[in-house]
Amino acid sequence: MKKGLMFELLKGLWDESPTFRQLLGMCPTLAVTTSIINGFSMGVATLFVLLCSSVIVSLLRSAIPKEIRIAAYVVIIAAFVTVADLFLKANFADISKALGPFVPLIVVNCIILGRAEAFASKHGVIPSFVDALGMGLGFTLALTLIGSIRELLGSGMLGQPWVIMILPSGAFITLGLLIALMNVIKDKTKAKLAPACPLACPGCEQGGVN
Amino acid sequence: MKILKMIVVLTLIGLISGGVLAYVYQWAELKIAANQVRETDAAVFKVVPGTKSYKTIAKDDLTYFECFDDVDGKLGTAILCQGNGYQGVIKLIVGVNADFSKFTGMSVLEQLETPGLGAKISEAVFQAQFNNLAARPPIEYVKGISPSKPNEIQAITGATISSRSVVNIINKTIEEWLRVK
Repeated sequence: MKKGLMFELLKGLWDESPTFRQLLGMCPTLAVTTSIINGFSMGVATLFVLLCSSVIVSLLRSAIPKEIRIAAYVVIIAAFVTVADLFLKANFADISKALGPFVPLIVVNCIILGRAEAFASKHGVIPSFVDALGMGLGFTLALTLIGSIRELLGSGMLGQPWVIMILPSGAFITLGLLIALMNVIKDKTKAKLAPACPLACPGCEQGGVN
Repeated sequence: MKILKMIVVLTLIGLISGGVLAYVYQWAELKIAANQVRETDAAVFKVVPGTKSYKTIAKDDLTYFECFDDVDGKLGTAILCQGNGYQGVIKLIVGVNADFSKFTGMSVLEQLETPGLGAKISEAVFQAQFNNLAARPPIEYVKGISPSKPNEIQAITGATISSRSVVNIINKTIEEWLRVK
């Protein structure tokens, strides 16, 4: 089934949000979101690597033998991660210091290898670009959102600072509550939009919903 | 034939990636070095006020900066210190005047202390206590009361370990510096 480019772009923001629905890339999500700027810069760095590597993987998809595809993807991803790391160190030294080892660690971010393997290696350049853009934006939005909640509550901008929000436990609490909120919204909208499917096939989300 | 294709493809990808990285690195290297110089400048100028130029000296494991102004010559020395804090390594820089009678300033460069508690060692209120602090005898800290002696600072409430770490790191490094300078 051929789906539109708009679908490929939007799925990363909501239905298949890498952070809230696929729960991928948890390590940077939890570790660097102590402030808005940290979350946002981490998201943008990941978006850059994701876009570049998806395009290259898609371009080379017929040239790379399938036995060595993972090795090839990792080399391509690692090259772009190093470019992003050097760029941050050269132009945004403070941000680079705050993000620490998590920029080089984008190499092992499952979102990027996951999109290369699941999407870019099977689709043309334009859909792959749009897919990476959507996923990258979804990741950036999620990290910025978590970062802003933690910074607002943790640094005392809204009265008494809740120190726990800046500590690692605050990341887990924020992420958990956001996922719960998203599930509630999803259930509510689904109940409204789709009438119950009469077939109720096993494994189908539509089955039995009313 | 298949294995040959694999080798060729992977080698090509590696070569091209390497080439791109070499190109980007050449561009970034200069800027990164300039950033580091700017960072050191800012730290030295902050802890030894009035510095116009400085000379970097590395002896044993110690790095320090002899600071000069353009009128009377030597102003003092800024010394890089490093040691364990409550959660991780604390890096800081401390300034002493030319005759080593008092500290001229202290600035925490890197720390991983608890936000809201130990992390207050990075705040101006804590660091200002080191301005004009007597250099001898070694620094001591007091808890809950105002310092009464010229070599005393007040520990941060609820973060005695972080405060004590800062004092110990400075005292230890000063002893080493007196030995090697």
